Amino acid sequence: MSLKQMIELNGVQTIMTDFSTKGYLDMELLRFTTAGSVDDGKSTLIGRLLYDSKSIFEDQLEAIKRASIRRGNEHVDLALLTDGLRAEREQGITIDVAYRYFATPKRKFIIADTPGHIQYTRNMVTGASTANAAIILIDARHGVTEQTCRHSYIASLLQIPHIIVCINKMDLVDFKQEMFDTIMAGYAEFRKKLDLRDISIVPISALLGDNVVEPSSNMPWYKGGTLMNILENIEIGNDHNMLDARFPIQYVIRPLSDEFHDYRGYAGRVAGGIFKPGDDVVALPSMLRSKIKSIDAYNTTLPETFAPQSVTLTLDDDIDVSRGDMLVKPDNLPQVSQEFDVMMCWMSEKPLQLNSKYALKHTTRDVRCMIKEVKYKVNVNNMEHLEDFNVGLNDISCVTIRTTKPVFIDSYKANRRTGAIIVIDEATNNTVGVGMVL
Amino acid sequence: MKSKYNLTHLEELEYESIYVIREVAAQFERPVLLFSGGKDSIVMTHLAVKAFYPAKLPFPLLHIDTGHNFEETIVYRDELVNKIGAVLYVGSVQESINKGRVVEETGVNASRNILQTTTLLDTIEKYKFDAAMGGGRRDEEKARAKERFFSHRDEFGQWDPKNQRPELWNIFNGRKNPGEHFRVFPISNWTEMDVWQYIMKENIDLPNLYFTHQREVFYRDGQWLAKAPFMKLKPSESYEMKTVRCRTIGDISCTGLTLSTANSIEDIIDEIAATRITERGGRADDQRSEAAMEDRKKEGYF
Repeated sequence: MSLKQMIELNGVQTIMTDFSTKGYLDMELLRFTTAGSVDDGKSTLIGRLLYDSKSIFEDQLEAIKRASIRRGNEHVDLALLTDGLRAEREQGITIDVAYRYFATPKRKFIIADTPGHIQYTRNMVTGASTANAAIILIDARHGVTEQTCRHSYIASLLQIPHIIVCINKMDLVDFKQEMFDTIMAGYAEFRKKLDLRDISIVPISALLGDNVVEPSSNMPWYKGGTLMNILENIEIGNDHNMLDARFPIQYVIRPLSDEFHDYRGYAGRVAGGIFKPGDDVVALPSMLRSKIKSIDAYNTTLPETFAPQSVTLTLDDDIDVSRGDMLVKPDNLPQVSQEFDVMMCWMSEKPLQLNSKYALKHTTRDVRCMIKEVKYKVNVNNMEHLEDFNVGLNDISCVTIRTTKPVFIDSYKANRRTGAIIVIDEATNNTVGVGMVL
Repeated sequence: MKSKYNLTHLEELEYESIYVIREVAAQFERPVLLFSGGKDSIVMTHLAVKAFYPAKLPFPLLHIDTGHNFEETIVYRDELVNKIGAVLYVGSVQESINKGRVVEETGVNASRNILQTTTLLDTIEKYKFDAAMGGGRRDEEKARAKERFFSHRDEFGQWDPKNQRPELWNIFNGRKNPGEHFRVFPISNWTEMDVWQYIMKENIDLPNLYFTHQREVFYRDGQWLAKAPFMKLKPSESYEMKTVRCRTIGDISCTGLTLSTANSIEDIIDEIAATRITERGGRADDQRSEAAMEDRKKEGYF
């Protein structure tokens, strides 16, 4: 986007960000991820979303304007907004995940902005792990490419509930409906190979703003919502598992004060399902049973609690449970297992070592583990399974893990919180692998 | 259609932050909460109180005192500590200067902002704190946008932004070697607007500095700065009485004041919604260079 265009935009304020003191109690939070490379217009798109929602401030614009001029750039380089590290600005690339924030009167948005090249697969996986939605950019001139495949596969692997495919640069194909229809048909065919739930497809020009925030007058044939419209309206209430009650105990609260002498509360964040006072619960791994006495949230009690609330539970009986244990319902147990398969993304330059010991974190539980077997590796550009068992940085593979103590897992597809693990190198303490339980 | 299981953005943020704060208490032996007297650390303290209620905070507060504070900040700090029954540690920049650990900057733009880093790291080492929670937010500054919730610091207290640990889902890896520590940012995902909306929703008390008041100020490099005994005027500058408020609170030497008549949280929210300058736009410490924050953070700044 050129500076002139931005100034023109400034005069035509497309969204009135009215954060009047009444509206904020109804606002929802949507986290979405974008992946993209230098030329596919990702920075322009983010810049436009931020700019049109008044989330770029004058001093930020001034600062990147000065920096752009100093670098001899012809246009104001909006990537300088998101590329926060010196090395990124110097090299003109996004290295790490950057988090950006903007809001409309309806929703607050968190963008996990990630680089798109294959050597940054781990960063894309990181950005995708917390996202409700993913924006996948397709260049209208090129259609579905390896990069589209890679980004879609990662969205599917990380089970991002909502996918928004933006066919960008429509201005460069004369806003032709045939181009859009062809790409849409191509994507419809391709998505059959993936496990994607909710997909919207929108033709846009990030550079000119068509269908980003304002409906495009250049594409009257498109009857769907603008990108902003989709972001503001996709239903996110069902993104958490509301069926399988899971409460990993995070911290035991014992005030030891005169007033609360016998208080013993189990603090944690609900990882799935719904809990109510009076519910029968069973503690894992001990299998001891009790009932929920109260659900405490600061100085109030709640009639029920659900994911992802942070609350404190009290129980009818004084049973021995502590951090790393999990409260569940007796008629709905997770898999209690010491050996299971995961899809693993390797995050470290040091390759995966079979049969050596790693630390493993699952919800609030710490155990040790070995990786027993690499079953196959995935070519993320075409999703083919490879008979290659050497797993290095950015590789995605299917592996069998054996743990020293049982963990209480669900499939990642059923629950993104209780189906996720991280693997840590005990020598360096670095997080070296992340896994999604099959 | 919204069901009763849809949360608002402030609820989501609160639950996330409480989770992070509890994770700190669970994973570390000697955590501490960095308290500056600014709104972000006030909100963080409020969240911490909620996280452990009815128990008291399982960690102390730490204030790095530049000696150049607004008096109201110190009064507020002491009242809050008293009210919630917390333990307070103070790391003194003046003491670091007296001991010769740091040398005071000179000249009209002298600030103790950078000196705080040494005092902070010395205090962390002295009390063997292994995790220091800060009120930094990713929306504040571009280097902070790259920060993890759990941010590893080596034995020199330094941050290596290019070599950060991956952080996925809500699984936080706080493992470390002896002598290393973590900085943890529980309100990473909050924006300035979220903080103010939450302050309103929770009816949180703030230092009066955030609301409109009369103060002697002078104008320098595009911002109003407060009169104080240690602030030196250039020949061209002079004091004027203005109606102002603080948008952020740091030490006096680098806190730009906003001309404002905002007298309530509602007024402040309206004012922020209309403003076109970021809150750190008023912070002289950030304007020193394009990578001022990144450089300071690498050394161990907040």
